[in-house]
Formats: sequence, structure tokens, C-alpha cells
Amino acid sequence: MRQRSTFLFSVLCFGFAFFYIPIISMIVYSFNKSRLATVWGGFSVEWYFKLFKNAQIINAATLSLEIAVISATFATILGTMAGMALARFSRFRGRTFFSGLVSAPLIMPEVITGVSLLLLFVFMERYFGWPAKRGFTTVTIAHTTFALSYVAVIIQSRLLSMDVSLEEAAMDLGSKPWQVLFDVTLPIIAPAMIAGWLLAFTISLDDVVITNFTTGPGATTLPILIWGKVKLGVTPDINALATIIVLVVSIGVGLAGYLMYRSEKKRERDIQMALAANK
Amino acid sequence: MGIENTGKAWETPKTEPFIRIENVTKKFSDFIAVNNVSLDIYKGELFALLGGSGCGKTTLLRMLSGFESPTEGRVWIDGQDMTSVPPYERPVNMMFQSYALFPHMTVEQNVGYGLKHEKLTKAQRQDRVKQMLDLVQLSQFAGRKPHQLSGGQRQRVALARALAKQPKVLLLDEPLGALDKKLREHTQFEIMNIQEKTGITFVVVTHDQEEAMTLSTRIAVMDRGIIRQTGTPTEIYEFPKTKFVADFIGSINQFAGTVKSVTKDKAVVACADWAGEITVDRDASVAVGQNVSVAVRPEKISISKKAPAKTLNAIEGKVIDLGYFGKDSLYRVKLPSSALVRVNRVNDQRGRETERVAQWEDKVWLAFEPSAAILLKD
Ligand SMILES: Nc1ncnc2c1ncn2[C@@H]1O[C@H](COP(=O)(O)OP(=O)(O)OP(=O)(O)O)[C@@H](O)[C@H]1O
Ligand SMILES: [Mg+2]
Repeated sequence: MRQRSTFLFSVLCFGFAFFYIPIISMIVYSFNKSRLATVWGGFSVEWYFKLFKNAQIINAATLSLEIAVISATFATILGTMAGMALARFSRFRGRTFFSGLVSAPLIMPEVITGVSLLLLFVFMERYFGWPAKRGFTTVTIAHTTFALSYVAVIIQSRLLSMDVSLEEAAMDLGSKPWQVLFDVTLPIIAPAMIAGWLLAFTISLDDVVITNFTTGPGATTLPILIWGKVKLGVTPDINALATIIVLVVSIGVGLAGYLMYRSEKKRERDIQMALAANK
Repeated sequence: MGIENTGKAWETPKTEPFIRIENVTKKFSDFIAVNNVSLDIYKGELFALLGGSGCGKTTLLRMLSGFESPTEGRVWIDGQDMTSVPPYERPVNMMFQSYALFPHMTVEQNVGYGLKHEKLTKAQRQDRVKQMLDLVQLSQFAGRKPHQLSGGQRQRVALARALAKQPKVLLLDEPLGALDKKLREHTQFEIMNIQEKTGITFVVVTHDQEEAMTLSTRIAVMDRGIIRQTGTPTEIYEFPKTKFVADFIGSINQFAGTVKSVTKDKAVVACADWAGEITVDRDASVAVGQNVSVAVRPEKISISKKAPAKTLNAIEGKVIDLGYFGKDSLYRVKLPSSALVRVNRVNDQRGRETERVAQWEDKVWLAFEPSAAILLKD
């Protein structure tokens, strides 16, 4: 027993090391004075300063943030609607099929999603003339469709665990369905919506594959820019940039996780209190 | 109890029913949850729907509140056809089994929620909320969130919230289901008081027969989507019309037999279990040769070691089981035919175990009056 747990523990450590040592070394080397990526030349933050003076990088970062904010917002609105339809309109025709369709992008290879979206945009440009060129708009649409699935799944599971009689009680007290939505449903699922938004935001921010398929000249997002630069060799400024991205993404994911955890805890506590009170 | 002050509206032929359920059937795909139910409920009643689990009580209640629409039939409330009126336009409020308090609102906001759709000034609204919280004695908890309350307090918030809009009808789905026994009894009387104070018509769903008996003016006993009998608690208990109702409410001894002869107001039934004949009061529709069942409540059978003076409906048996409950005792007596009879006797004399009417293995005489027995035909 003891042997086995030591073995498991070392496997766990190895796994974590494999995963995190590259990231940690990247962060450490972003403070490297030397120009060579593999030789330590003393501590410095000059690469961070260089980074903020580099117009190309600042532009790409701004574009990435814009796309991430807009697509996360649309994904949250549409994903919430989809999640509600799946969780609440109980037995409409083809519900299982629709449910499968919404979660399919979660497991679909990104290359497939990318290619199919590209084909769609080419088709739309030819027959509708919109979107006229590939670039900001197409990337935003692509990210929205992709992230929507994540939001829909989060909202659906939150709604399934919410007592339907809360909504019925509001309706019973005289609220029309749309008032019930704003008075009861949305306030209760708000933490899940924020979590969904943050998740959509981070997904958009670090996407390379789908962006690569759907972007055009003049619309270079940060991950694409890094991808291009790394082909010419890793430089310390890339390390610095990546460190900032890691920071932003972990804050986003951490916050999303915390929000979901907290609402889960709160519900458990409520249930426990209800049970204890009835003892 | 409420019976007196409603003036027995159901017995006055001219009274218009306040709620009229007319041949209502509800099907869930193939399954019939409510089967051709017709029911009249009068203004100011505290009406109970009583039945076992899954018999369709909640479904019937949800058709009154508007969350389910009948597959067939109509629902009228206060003279208006409600069948296709959505829940938010019905003059009806519901207290949910799970209470369904809004977790993100305080007690005060919960109670006031329904009032924002009424044409009231802010002061009037605050007044009404205060009045409701006073009614359920929760004024000092106005600022709390539901998860900071005990189960009994939540139940009262749910009641106050449903009453705040002063509905014509209040529906309560198992209002006391989640409370413990002591709190239950207390709350039963509280609900009856509130009903009397407000004069609102209450329809209560319950599967607890004692609760239905104490609370209500009238009871409808449901079984598999059908209403078996409607009547006052006394009618249901003393004059059940079917074996199902007799069995479902309280406990009862039943002896199957055949009618041997009838006189003007009595019938003589030959029962194998009783090893002889039982004489009972009869109503008009009993014929000689009919298969019937004689039902007697355990507390209406006398038990003693001495043979009774009258031999009518008397038989000797042996005590095989004895349950002592404090205020009363339950004797299980084996007859010569080996049928078991349950007899209840109030312990109206203070005494030790040895001073009881009978002990285990004692020979005892059982007897009951012809008027104590119920003749059941199905
Ligand atoms: N939405 C629904 N779809 C299908 N069947 C349903 C639905 N609602 C209720 N039923 C069925 O109808 C029957 C009656 O249900 P109902 O909830 O009215 O029972 P009940 O008398 O309230 O029981 P309980 O005392 O357990 O609450 C049950 O067999 C139930 O399975
Ligand atoms: Mg029920």
C-alpha cells in the first residue's frame, strides 16, 4: 500500500513537472538580460519595456483583446439563450439532436471547425458580399460560434440544477415570462454567465488554429504574431509577452473557476441549512 | 372549526360554487393522471385533496393554478372560465411544496414580489408587506435571506408571500410536508387561524389523513386520478361509501359476508369470519343474497372479560397482541374463525399493567351496536 502510494505520488510529480517546468522556465527567462534564449545573463525587465514600445505587438494585443471582448459578449448572450432552450423547453422535437449539435464543437478538431468556417465565409462573400474581407469581423464571428458551445453547456447545467418552481412561483405571483427571466432566472444564473464570459474570453484570446483559417491580411492577433515570430527563433521578448498572456489567462480561468465553485458551495450550504432546519 | 363559520355552503342548494372543476381529465401522453374529475368548492372553505402518492393531487392543483392545462374539461373560479387563462392572470396564488423562495431576495422582497404588479403606492406596498410579516410573526426577520432561516420560518415566508396579493383562492401543496410533528400541529392551527382571519378559500393538498381531518371543512379522497368520495371529515370517517375510503381513512375491521334477511331498518349478514350473523343498520339499496362487507372502526367495538348482557353482535375471542399508547390501548383479538379484530379502548382509568381490561392470552368478549357498523357494497 505504502509502496503504491509513493509510486503514484512520483508519477503525479513527474506529470506536474512535465507540464509546468517549461512554463516556469519561460517566465524565468523573460527576466533574462541576455539576448540568447538559453543562456542566463542576469536579471532584467528590459524585455517588458521593449515589448510595450513595439507598435506591432501593441496593435496585435489590442486587436486580440477587442475580438476577445466582443466575441465573449456575443457568445454569452447566444450561449445563454441556447442553454435555456436546452434546459427549459423540455420536449421539443429533436431536442437531443440539438443538444448534441451545441456541444459538438467542444470535441470537433479545431482544424475542421476552422476549415468549415473559412468555406462559409468564402461562400458568404461570394453570394451576399458580406463579410467583404476576411479579418476582424470573420475572426470575431468564428470565435463567437466556437465559444458559444462552452457557455451553452455551462448555462444548461446550471439551469438543470435550479428548481423550476422558482420560475413558476414568480409567474404565479403575476410576472409574465419575460419578467420572470429578468427577476428570477438571470439573477440566479448570473455567476454562471460571468464564468461563461470569462471562459469565452480566454478561449478567444489564445486561439491560433481557427484564427489562422479565418483571418486575413492586416488582422494579426497576438497568438498569430507570436507564432510567426517563433518560427524565426525564440527571443526573450516573446518570453515576456507569453508571461503576460499566461498571467491574463490564469486570472480569467481562475476567476471563472472561483465563481462556479462559490455558487456551487452556496447551493450546498443552502441545502444543508434547509435539511438541518427541518431536523 | 371552520365548518361552523362557512355555514355549510355545500348543503345549501342555491349557493354558487366558488371553484368549479368540470369533468377535468389530464393525460400525460398515454398516462391518465386525473380522470374525469368534477368538484365544487365554495367560498371560504378550507378544502383538502387527500390521496396516496402519485394519485394526481398535485396535477389537479396545478390545473387550478394554470401550470397545467386540462386535456378535457373546464375550470371555473368565481364565475369566470379559467381554463385557458395563464397563471400570471389568475386570481389564485400557490404555496409550493419546496416553498420556492427566491434565494437572491430578502424575506421582505420575497413577500413584496407579487405586489409590484398591483396598482399600489410605495407606502401601501410597504404596509401590506409589514402586515403579512406580522400575520406570520416574522417581522424581525424582514432583512434576512431565505438561507438564513429555519424550515418552519421559510414555510411561513412562503405562506406570507402567497397571501400578500390577497388572492381569491390560495393553493397549498403539502404545506407541512417538510416540518416535524410538533411544528406541524402548531402550524396546522396557524393555517386555520389565518384562513379564518382572511376569509380566503384554501385548497390544500396532503397525503396525511390526520392533517386533512383537522384542517379542513371538506375532504376529497383521491385514488389513481379519480375522486372516490367528497364530504366533511365526519362523513368521510363515519360514513365511507367504498372499501377504499373506509380503509384509507383511519383503520377499520372488515368482514365479508352475504345478506341473509332484511327488515325495515336492519340487515342480517352471515359472515364466515365472525362465525355467525351480524345485524347492522341498512340503507334502502340492500337486497337479500347480495355480497357485502361489514366494516367496524376499532374504537366502536367494546371489549370485556364478562359476557355482555345482549348477545347481539357479540363473540368470544382471545387477545393475541396488546399495544399500549398511553391514552389508549390497541388489542388484537383472534376469533374462533382465526380472523383478527382490532379493538381500541381509551384508558380512562388510571392503573397498573395488571389492572388492564385484558392481558395477553385472555379470553374476551367483543360486541358492537348495529348502528356502529358500516355496510359496504363493493
Ligand atoms: N409532467 C408530467 N409528465 C408525465 N407524467 C407526470 C407529469 N406530472 C405528473 N405525472 C404523473 O402523474 C401522476 C400524478 O402525479 P402528481 O404529481 O399529481 O401526484 P401526487 O398525487 O401529487 O403525488 P405525491 O403525493 O407523491 O406528490 C404520477 O404518476 C406522475 O408520475
Ligand atoms: Mg404532489
